[in-house]
Amino acid sequence: MVAVRHLLALLLLAAASAAIAHKPSDSYLTIEIKSASIEGRWDIALRDLDFALGLDADGNGELTWGEVRARHAEIAAYATARLQVSADDHPCAIEVGAQQVDGHTDGAYSVLPLALRCAGEAGVPSRLAITYTLFADLDPQHRGLLNLQARGLARTAVLGPQQPTQTFELGAVERWSQFTDYVREGVWHIWIGLDHILFLLSLLLPSVLAWQGARWLAVERARDAFWDVLRIVTSFTVAHSITLSLAVLGVIELPSRLVESVIALSVVAAALNNVKPLVFGRLWMVAFGFGLMHGFGFASVLADLGLPRQALALALVGFNVGVEIGQLAIVLVFLPLAYAMRRTMFYRRWIMVGGSLVIVALAAIWFAERAFATKLIGF
Amino acid sequence: MPLSIQAVTGLLAACALTVPAQAAPFMPADDTQVLERVPARATNPRARELQSMRLAALRDPNNVDTAVALARRYVEEALAEGDPRYVGHAQAVLGPWWDEAAPPVPVRVLRAVLRQYDHRFDLALADLDAAVAAEPDNAEAWSWMAAVQMVRADYTSARRACAGLAPNTTPLIGTACSAYVDSMSGRAADASRVLAGALRAATDASPAERLWALTRLAEIEERRGNPVAAERAYNEALSLGLPDTYLEAAHADFLLDRGRAAEVVKVLADRGRADVLLLRLALAAKAAGDPRADGWARELGARFDAARARGDRTHEKEEARFALALLHDAKRSLALARSNFAVQKEAADARVLLEAALAARSRSDAAPALDWLERNGVESVVLRALAAQLEALR
Repeated sequence: MVAVRHLLALLLLAAASAAIAHKPSDSYLTIEIKSASIEGRWDIALRDLDFALGLDADGNGELTWGEVRARHAEIAAYATARLQVSADDHPCAIEVGAQQVDGHTDGAYSVLPLALRCAGEAGVPSRLAITYTLFADLDPQHRGLLNLQARGLARTAVLGPQQPTQTFELGAVERWSQFTDYVREGVWHIWIGLDHILFLLSLLLPSVLAWQGARWLAVERARDAFWDVLRIVTSFTVAHSITLSLAVLGVIELPSRLVESVIALSVVAAALNNVKPLVFGRLWMVAFGFGLMHGFGFASVLADLGLPRQALALALVGFNVGVEIGQLAIVLVFLPLAYAMRRTMFYRRWIMVGGSLVIVALAAIWFAERAFATKLIGF
Repeated sequence: MPLSIQAVTGLLAACALTVPAQAAPFMPADDTQVLERVPARATNPRARELQSMRLAALRDPNNVDTAVALARRYVEEALAEGDPRYVGHAQAVLGPWWDEAAPPVPVRVLRAVLRQYDHRFDLALADLDAAVAAEPDNAEAWSWMAAVQMVRADYTSARRACAGLAPNTTPLIGTACSAYVDSMSGRAADASRVLAGALRAATDASPAERLWALTRLAEIEERRGNPVAAERAYNEALSLGLPDTYLEAAHADFLLDRGRAAEVVKVLADRGRADVLLLRLALAAKAAGDPRADGWARELGARFDAARARGDRTHEKEEARFALALLHDAKRSLALARSNFAVQKEAADARVLLEAALAARSRSDAAPALDWLERNGVESVVLRALAAQLEALR
């Protein structure tokens, strides 16, 4: 017996020095911090769960979906008993949603959707502590690979018994880089926010023209067009800055369906005015009026990004500055082109009237979709 | 540039972690769908026996005999299945004694075995030294000590461990142990002759014992530049019919060196579960122009990424070869091979370092392996040829 045992030892070392053949046991834990909620997803190898809980009910070596499904509650309870999360020292209750399955390089995993409800104030916490003890008593080599996402930034960590509790400073990001992040988000949002762009363009299209004798004629002087644009852009900016701030600070809250519907309507109205002008010369007032509503729209985007409680003003100013930069870039591209083309029939008929009609149609569909919560087109 | 660079890198980092997920999570439609294969506790006698040992240990977790028996069994299972989970299970069973300064000798030997899996060789040797001091006839401790000292290229200590082992084991194992040491320290011809003689004499040796001795003989003959004798030993070892990833990997390397990649693809095509064999398979498929080559290389890359994500650095030797031969990234390969050679110094570790240094045209990076060759008078046709090419760079 002794000979066999130590011979085995030699064999084992041969195998060991050639590296262990398989992937060791890992789980994949993703935690995503949003402004209003903390959500997550936890992938745990079915092989490990079987070792811990004996999922293979008939013991035939084949783990079926039926066998796994039947034990869902037990799997969820086992897992959540071995994961503690606290946000700013307030403990979080972990709820597990419907179990799914996913494949990783080493086999099938149970996928547990997580919803975390933390005591304390609402909003994005500045510190998250995670205590991870899954399989610590069965396999000290097991690790949890954490992917923590907060405010669009991701960080990773390896969780395991060598340091069961790890703390992540979410507010530890440098102020300046946090500010520039929000500036970028603001720029990005105006660029991908087609409704805001079309509203602005609809108001800007007539700035190089003048309505005379029931038709559009080109303005003579560049400065006329320039002052017109400046008035429109400034009043739009002032208006949406006011409501953005009020909404973010919680002074006014409007239902998003109303906000989004009115934004769509504002695009319809602005574009229609280019086809059959009712308001001219005073477009900056239109920009201001509807700009108030666009501000509420921006606020909901900012809320989705997650607002740092300790740096609210910073985020607000940064995002707003970003929106203005994005807007300015659009104006800088638009104005020279429009001014250069202002005398052409192409601009006056096709872009001014035709283009505005297309915008009207598109925004009308948006309005219908938003107001009646239906889906008519893909964007 | 609307997307922040942090956001993009964050996204990439997130992808890196979730890459192993091949598809989106899904809800299987059918209860009878088989998701995973696990040890069959009802039908497989090995699994059933393991289960009853586990229950016994659970009933009495502080009983050292029960715990040692189960931990030893887990270590055997890790060898048979190649699944490192069993290494962790063994460690867990030894939990009550794991952090003791001087646990009972059987625990100490097993702790050394588990620690060397993580390449914590100093800690492993400290346990083994203590074990043989307490029990000078503990063959298991002596044999592990020899093996760990070989990996560390401390041939004097390895020889001493073989001397401690010899009176407590069979003649074949005693001879093979010292022949293994001699072959790496300038006495390969003697080692080969003595080992071949011991194999002939040991007519009653178990298949496992023969497999180990034959694998060593094959490697010695291969290093000495006797491919015919090496192949004869490999084939004899393989014909014993025992699964052994180390033997299969060494044999595959032997064939790859001789331009016989197609044979490797044939024998290893369904053995890719083990990383070391998947590496040989991917190399062979590429050399043979097999259409599955890219798929296997990608799979291997994903496994290295997964290991890196958890901070595992025990795959550096294989990853260095992967980086050099399949990614053509000499710089990365060299960094991995250097880091690996600082920990492990066997012929295969030296080879990948020399090859990577040659590809990167850097003799200075190869210095640790060149020193090791010279200091010990290592006899190896392949390593000597690589060293000569590196010297010619100057």
